[in-house]
Amino acid sequence: MDQFVINLLFVGASFALYIGIAIWARAGSTSEFYAAGRGVHPVTNGMATAADWMSAASFISMAGLIAFVGYDNSSFLMGWTGGYVLLALLLAPYLRKFGKFTVSEFIGDRFYSKTARLVAVICLIVASTTYVIGQMTGVGVAFGRFLEVSNTAGLLIGACVVFAYAVFGGMKGVTYTQVAQYVVLILAYTIPAIFISLQLTGNPIPGLGLFGDHAASGEPLLAKLDQIVTELGFAEYTTHNADTLNMVLFTLSLMIGTAGLPHVIMRFFTVPKVSDARWSAGWALVFIALLYITAPAVGAMARLNITEMFWPNGTDQAAVSVETIESDPNYDWMLTWQKTGLLDWEDKNGDGLIQYYNDANPEMADKAAAAGWTGNELTKFNRDILVLANPEIANLPGWVIGLVAAGGLAAALSTAAGLLLAISSAVSHDLIKGQLNPGISEKGELLSARIAMAVAIAVATYLGLNPPGFAAQTVALAFGLAAASIFPALMMGIFSTRINNHGAVAGMLAGLVVTLVYIFLHKGWFFIPDTNSFTDADPLLGTVKSTSFGAIGAAINFAVAYAVSSMTKELPQEIRALVESVRVPRGAGAAQAEH
Amino acid sequence: MSDDTNGNAYWAANLRIITWSLVIWALVSFGFGILLRPLLSAIPVGGTDLGFWFAQQGSILVFLALIFNYAWQMNKLDRQYGVDEQ
Repeated sequence: MDQFVINLLFVGASFALYIGIAIWARAGSTSEFYAAGRGVHPVTNGMATAADWMSAASFISMAGLIAFVGYDNSSFLMGWTGGYVLLALLLAPYLRKFGKFTVSEFIGDRFYSKTARLVAVICLIVASTTYVIGQMTGVGVAFGRFLEVSNTAGLLIGACVVFAYAVFGGMKGVTYTQVAQYVVLILAYTIPAIFISLQLTGNPIPGLGLFGDHAASGEPLLAKLDQIVTELGFAEYTTHNADTLNMVLFTLSLMIGTAGLPHVIMRFFTVPKVSDARWSAGWALVFIALLYITAPAVGAMARLNITEMFWPNGTDQAAVSVETIESDPNYDWMLTWQKTGLLDWEDKNGDGLIQYYNDANPEMADKAAAAGWTGNELTKFNRDILVLANPEIANLPGWVIGLVAAGGLAAALSTAAGLLLAISSAVSHDLIKGQLNPGISEKGELLSARIAMAVAIAVATYLGLNPPGFAAQTVALAFGLAAASIFPALMMGIFSTRINNHGAVAGMLAGLVVTLVYIFLHKGWFFIPDTNSFTDADPLLGTVKSTSFGAIGAAINFAVAYAVSSMTKELPQEIRALVESVRVPRGAGAAQAEH
Repeated sequence: MSDDTNGNAYWAANLRIITWSLVIWALVSFGFGILLRPLLSAIPVGGTDLGFWFAQQGSILVFLALIFNYAWQMNKLDRQYGVDEQ
């Protein structure tokens, strides 16, 4: 069967499944729309949280980020999982006990301030909107590559599917679709990894194969990889090469940012009990870890596979010839991906061979001159194609490729839906009901939530079709905002009875402004090119890159909030009682019944 | 952050578990995975050292253990202090 037809079957079947779930799980009340009626089993919620959290970045980009950098990018692995410890210990159970629908609602009630709620809503909408652009462009790319339709058509199809289950189903529809999407994406990620691990190491578990022996040479896989990449002038894979301070701060920023992302936090509102919220965070990390334990193996094995494809007889023998690439079916994937513009090569020295090496390394100059090389001839290798092209590189059957196509789309769509839900509930519950029209009926609120969702999808689709030039940099912005504003406010709201309305607002604004300014100083004001005064290669503060600043922004938030609170009035008695009640699980059912 | 916890044994016990969990959380990731990696470089794991394993796999497994341990301990504590949900 033609590969295109296989891809179409897999993607079509998965979409039919999501629509089917949407029809089954329509939301009839605001409680169902915002929190799936608080009836989701902790394991089910854990699975949905995992799909919600693992975006196009986790599925498509992360293994590539690790493959081409090695140890130094372990920050992504530790940062994006370590945040769940913070979430489980410091936020999830208490916010579930509070028993309302949105993150900003907690901030508004706890700090008895409409301003605090408004600041939180703005942070939430900006963080979620910038994050959703990346998901929508991911949907377009996956469609464009696997279904041979234009980016625009792909994006519109994706938007219609999200519309179907998110607008009608709300949190209930999104939750159950995310469970299905998790199953699709984890199979799509692990099946090719198992095949490749078997081929390279003989071990069917990729996470173990990574630390096992390379079957062909008998040496440990990572030692083999270190050897082969250093022979080509690249940095050793397992060595710590990057700046330590920046690596620590970057990891910490990813952790705090993860714990502060509203679309993840609000998933814990859907479970029936406080104790379920605690278990559910653990289950979420189990399902996330299945991918995150596999990802470093995928990265290392793909790096080894690709390097060996260019040097089939070892790095001291002749490189692969242009003729082989064009005629050998094992190299077909290179021709397919060349068409997308994400992969390219050029025989610069005209010897009919493609030499792939690090021409920026001065130590390679002598070797290159002696061998007659005139530069790296693999001129373009976009890191994002690594996971998508992996099954083709390893020569896996056509159905695996179809599955990976469906998996990439599942990852992007599930995260997009979660983000859109966070945006629409912020608009309808916090802005319309909370600020503009408190007397709105439940029916009216449900309708406005659906309209807000439809508008959010339209805006996200538009931004996906016309991505602003800064699209790639906005993820840093989303994490920076979540880390510097939302996480500290939530944590202080639960763990301190001293922080008052003035302290919280001042803290959030200080963390937010300083973080924004630091990002703008390095990336350009409002991301306009050439307006930056510093670069991440030579940052303002020592070695701290703008992507690592979220942790410092959070520290500023904590410090300012304490300073301002200690100079202003103590908490009113009823807020003290609120904090006391949030700290104990008993009575969580009562909070639920208020709605 | 424990400014108003006098006389509240349940909350104090909770804060104790959280503190210990976060100490371990930081030790395996920032400690073993990054800052203390040179000290662990003598312990070989599959072609590299223990610090690399912690950075790419070990820390995630410890995070899992921490969350499940916290859920289990807190549910026990809830019943002990009679603040669990009926």
